[in-house]
This record gives sequence, C-alpha cells and structure tokens, in this order.
Amino acid sequence: MVDATMVKKTLIKQYAWVILFLILSIGSYFAGFKPGLTIYSNFQKSFIEMLVFVPVIFILVGLFDVWVPKETIEKYIGKESGILGIFLVTFLAMLQVGPLYGAFPVAYILYKKGAGVRNIFIYLGAFSSLKIPMLGLELGYLGLKYTLVRSLVSLPLFILVGFLMEKLVGDDFKVKDAN
Amino acid sequence: MVNNAIIFAVVTGISLLVSLIFDRKKTLLGLKKGVKIFIGMLPPFLNILILIGILLYLIPQEAIVKYVGPNSGALGFFIAAIIGSITLIPGIISYPIAATLISKGASYGVVAVFMTTLMLVGVVTLPLEIKYFGKKAALLRNALNFVAALMIGLVVGWLMRLW
Repeated sequence: MVDATMVKKTLIKQYAWVILFLILSIGSYFAGFKPGLTIYSNFQKSFIEMLVFVPVIFILVGLFDVWVPKETIEKYIGKESGILGIFLVTFLAMLQVGPLYGAFPVAYILYKKGAGVRNIFIYLGAFSSLKIPMLGLELGYLGLKYTLVRSLVSLPLFILVGFLMEKLVGDDFKVKDAN
Repeated sequence: MVNNAIIFAVVTGISLLVSLIFDRKKTLLGLKKGVKIFIGMLPPFLNILILIGILLYLIPQEAIVKYVGPNSGALGFFIAAIIGSITLIPGIISYPIAATLISKGASYGVVAVFMTTLMLVGVVTLPLEIKYFGKKAALLRNALNFVAALMIGLVVGWLMRLW
C-alpha cells in the first residue's frame, strides 16, 4: 500500500508540468483564451511528431544495450593500435547509448585496459555525437542530408582532437576512477 | 518525417526479428530496458515540448532568423556555442529543439554548432570530468572540442548551402 502511494506521488511529481499544462489548456479552451490555444496546438504538433518514431528508437536502444559487447574490442585499441584502433574505437562508441558524462567511467576502463590517449578522446568524440540510436533520432528530426553531412564532417575533427590531445597531454595523462 | 518513420519501423522490425531468432530471453530483456528508458525519458521530453510550444508563441520568427538565421554570421555561431556549452540538455531532447529552430529559419550551421557543443562541451559537468582526467586534460578537451564545434558548424553550414 505504501509503495503504491509512493509510486503515485513520484508520478504526479514527474508529470507536474504536463498536468498543469493540460489543465491550463482545457481552461484556455473554455475561456476562449487564444494564446493558450496556440501554445497547445504547437505542443500537439510536436507531440504527434514524437510519437511517430521516438518509441521505436527506444526498442533499438534496448536491443543495443543487451547485444553490444562492452569489453571485447577494448584489447584492440591500445597505444600501438594505429588506424585499426581508430576504426574500432569509433565503432565501439557508435554502438553505445547515454550522455557524455556516462562515458567518463568507460574512458577509465579503456585507460585501465591500455587504450592510448588518442583513442580515449576519439572515443569520447564519437560517443558524444555518432551513437547510432542518436543518429536515428537526428535522421528523423533533421533529415538524411544534415545527418550525413554533420557526421562525416565531425568524425575527422574528433580524430584530430584525439591526436592533439595525445600531443598536448601526452605522457603525464592519467584517468582516475572518480566513483 | 513519415518516410523516415517507416524506415525506422522496418529497421527496428528486422533487428527485433534477428534478435529473437538468436536469443529470445536477451531480446525480451532488451525490450524491457528500452521501454524503461523511454518511460524515464518521457516526462522531461514532454516538458521540453511544452516549453517549445510556449517559446514558439513568445519568440517571433523574425527574431530567430535575425539572431541564428543564415545571415546571423559570427553572432549566431557565438550564441549557439555559448548556450550549447553551458546548458545540460540530454541529446534525445535536443533534437526537437533543433528541428523547431530549423523550421523557424535558423541555419543548419548554427544548429550544428549548438548540437555539437551541447554534446561535447560541458561546463556544468567539468568538475566531474576533472576528477577523471585531471585539470589540464579536461580543460584542453573542452577547449579543443569547442573549436571543433565551430569548425563543424562552418563546414556543415557551407555544405548544406552548396548541396
């Protein structure tokens, strides 16, 4: 019983703005308040737009999460790994999900397993904006042309940042486990 | 939009089928995880859609075109880079914002700068990052990626106009 009320309370808290918004929208409808109606129709448009493909993306995100190996590729991205290492580290990053600060602990694991400075930062770059589920969203919202152009322009720059980081922080670079 | 949605549905359907053939249990676990992440993400997503609805009403389209449109020049890039660097908006939620900006006349280059800094440069998460990488590396990474984001915006904006 206590659990059920707790769940209800957190639900109400999470959806507080949505509930308030809906109440105000209904109020606007009955009062004939034009700005409120315009705002509601703006919301409705983007809500339908979201329902069309965002839930589908999350099925993909879930599948990625259970299938993608997190450790097997790591041994191939050490300091001497060259182009193959860059390729693999980018590929590994593209298969992940989550925000950038979620990648810091992964960077620590990569470092522990002997990944070079360059590859750690290429990983972070690719992780930030080349994740496949995110590219799916980008494709849906911003179109194929933009998604292709942005990805293809970004990757070489992320690799360049990796090389620069290697040069600039080089030997005294360490990743600590902040947890 | 609808075409892309169909592509998604097909790709997801095939992935789901392949996954099911290989491992039923793992697939169910994956589906559960996906639904769980979606439910967790839904409230902030809806809040952003509401906010977009309100801002669209309040901010005249001319202002968007003026400050972040194709002719906004360096100012547009600068605004986008600063906002992208200091705000902490989850990537998923940032796409409807970007799409709205584009539909209201923002340039692709400015949007690319905003999205890239949003995802790669984090002033708010800097203290956390310093804990992992140390001060020097964390500051350098953010600075280099800030510059990279501006270059990405320039080239993307140029290519989108060209193509």
